[in-house]
Amino acid sequence: MAKSYYEKIARINLTTGEIKIEKLDLDLARKFIGGRGLGTKILYDEGVATVDPLSPENKLIYITGPMTGTASPSSGRYMVVTKSPLTGMIACSNSGGIWGAKLKYAGWDALIVEGEAPDWTYINIVDDKIELLDARKYFGMMSEQIDEELKAVHGPKSSVLNIGPAGENKVLMAAIMNDKDRAAGRSGVGAVMGSKKLKAIVVTATRTNIEDIIHDVPALKAANAECLKIIRENSVTGQGLKTYGTAVLVNIVNNIGAFPTNNWQGSYYTKGDDISGETLADTYLVKNSACHRCPIACGRVVNVNGKVVGGPEYEPLWAYGGNCGNNDLNTIDEANMLCNELGLDAISVPCTIAAAMELYQRGYIKEEECDGVPLEWGSTKALIEWTKRIGQPDSPLAWLMSSGSARLCEHYGHPEISMSVKKQEMPAYDARAVQGIGITYATSNRGGCHVRGYMISPEVLGLPQQLDRTVTDEKAFWAKTFQDLTAVIDSMGNCLFTSFALGAPQYAALLNAATGTNYTPDELLVVGDRIYNIERMFNKAAGMKPEDDRLPKRLYEEPITNGPSEGQISKIKLTLPQYYEARGWVDAFPTDETLKKLGLDECVGK
Amino acid sequence: MIEVRLFATLRKDRGKVMQLPASEFSDGVSILEHFAIPREEVAIFLINGFHSKPEDPVKDGDILAIFPPVGGG
Repeated sequence: MAKSYYEKIARINLTTGEIKIEKLDLDLARKFIGGRGLGTKILYDEGVATVDPLSPENKLIYITGPMTGTASPSSGRYMVVTKSPLTGMIACSNSGGIWGAKLKYAGWDALIVEGEAPDWTYINIVDDKIELLDARKYFGMMSEQIDEELKAVHGPKSSVLNIGPAGENKVLMAAIMNDKDRAAGRSGVGAVMGSKKLKAIVVTATRTNIEDIIHDVPALKAANAECLKIIRENSVTGQGLKTYGTAVLVNIVNNIGAFPTNNWQGSYYTKGDDISGETLADTYLVKNSACHRCPIACGRVVNVNGKVVGGPEYEPLWAYGGNCGNNDLNTIDEANMLCNELGLDAISVPCTIAAAMELYQRGYIKEEECDGVPLEWGSTKALIEWTKRIGQPDSPLAWLMSSGSARLCEHYGHPEISMSVKKQEMPAYDARAVQGIGITYATSNRGGCHVRGYMISPEVLGLPQQLDRTVTDEKAFWAKTFQDLTAVIDSMGNCLFTSFALGAPQYAALLNAATGTNYTPDELLVVGDRIYNIERMFNKAAGMKPEDDRLPKRLYEEPITNGPSEGQISKIKLTLPQYYEARGWVDAFPTDETLKKLGLDECVGK
Repeated sequence: MIEVRLFATLRKDRGKVMQLPASEFSDGVSILEHFAIPREEVAIFLINGFHSKPEDPVKDGDILAIFPPVGGG
């Protein structure tokens, strides 16, 4: 019997107020692990793929993995799985902090939230007791304030997840925030929560560990000790991320000429060092911070105009920095803080502003549409004001921008200016300069994303081995392997950053000790493959077409114009067929043979 | 001249960007020695933006970017 699950799911219908307790199907848990895998499988089986994402028929699953809440490294993760209003496809946004661990300590593997509340509501969980409470007084508040007020009501041991004004406004790039500055940031999951008039979920738990359900406590302790040793001795996870955070990537990526500027019109930023991790450490950094049980502690705490708050990751440093032609670090810190307060995706929002700036540069957006704040490259005023306006739209242009760059650029008749895949904005690595990351961008089931197969690790950082970033050889195979391993980690409930040091053998040891399974590393990768395919089948049912696996035209038609990678272009048209072959897919979807091989017989013929 | 850019912890007591006369350096190893950077502290060694080894030759006009083990995101 599989352990490390409480075998309890709460199904909460906000329309009727009914709360049902369901038993977790352990066979399903074994097949899809938990978190991202199990959440997607539940969503697929319940027919959510065809519903309107912002209707009561959409479901919002908050789900832990079997490792969530264990003593294993970086195990505070939970995932939000739903149908994305931004992409119209599967959304799985993953967040750290401690909220996920507390949900598990309270005895829940997952919450499935359905329907739409008659008025603003929050869910209060104290161990096995769940109640729906009036949230009207929290309407309109910034996320951080809601966190503080609900903690004041429910006690310092509670942990709060909530949406800010952006989620209330159903902004398609709205995030779900927890523990103040941690975010399930991508794909507009906050808008789904807002559409259900669900303002927050507060969890308080008596337990402080889950040893009562671990299959083999001594074996897990031994596996943990081995993993911690590897993580601490690894120079990236042991020292590098602690000292500079992910922000250290600014100078690396810029110095290889893969740092998109001005909405990907260039790929080298001459002022890159001004917004780097090194400069952040010398200026606004107060200290680093860590999520639950995390030995890596990559989080940044910064001083923004006298206020000490969570600091920017690499992605917003790039997106509010070079990608908007801005080298003012304090503005980036402030804009990042605003994203946390409003509850916004700090990648998609600045990338949408960058797209708007290019539309303005080319004369498609007129000055009179800008309400006194022209969208000029590098304008710090524009970055701050338009972030606020996207979170709380109050003009036709702000509403357009709040729906993301794809819809914005489509509106102005220039879809090619949106640097997005499946309508979700791509992150901070130019796929013309790094061939493998282009494969993962194009084929990511949740749209433009770097954490669905982080090819930057081998192609730029040399982990686990250095690959030539400019060639396509074997990149399809590498991309698939990284995608499959990532799907496993996201389903277990550990942080992806542990994979800079750990590999499939360590994850198998952790999972087997906790749950009683006997996965070999290779078998674990097959589970990852299965999860990737069930996501793809969800997307197929949602109406995805083969042409949705594409990069923006700029990446394969316009060579990089400056910097070390000048002249380079994405070879995605060569690598995509290789990738499909490696996956056993034809025209972007699994064949029946592939589905059967992966044990997805229920999807055959669909 | 050869431009040498140092990053992260390698900057401490060494500086950020330095120009060195090309005639005095034949490869990256000689440049690491010049800055007293132990080989094991170097994780990424770029010549003109491309991953290279310290053993590779350097020439006038090259830009070197040298990083210790850092991390990703």
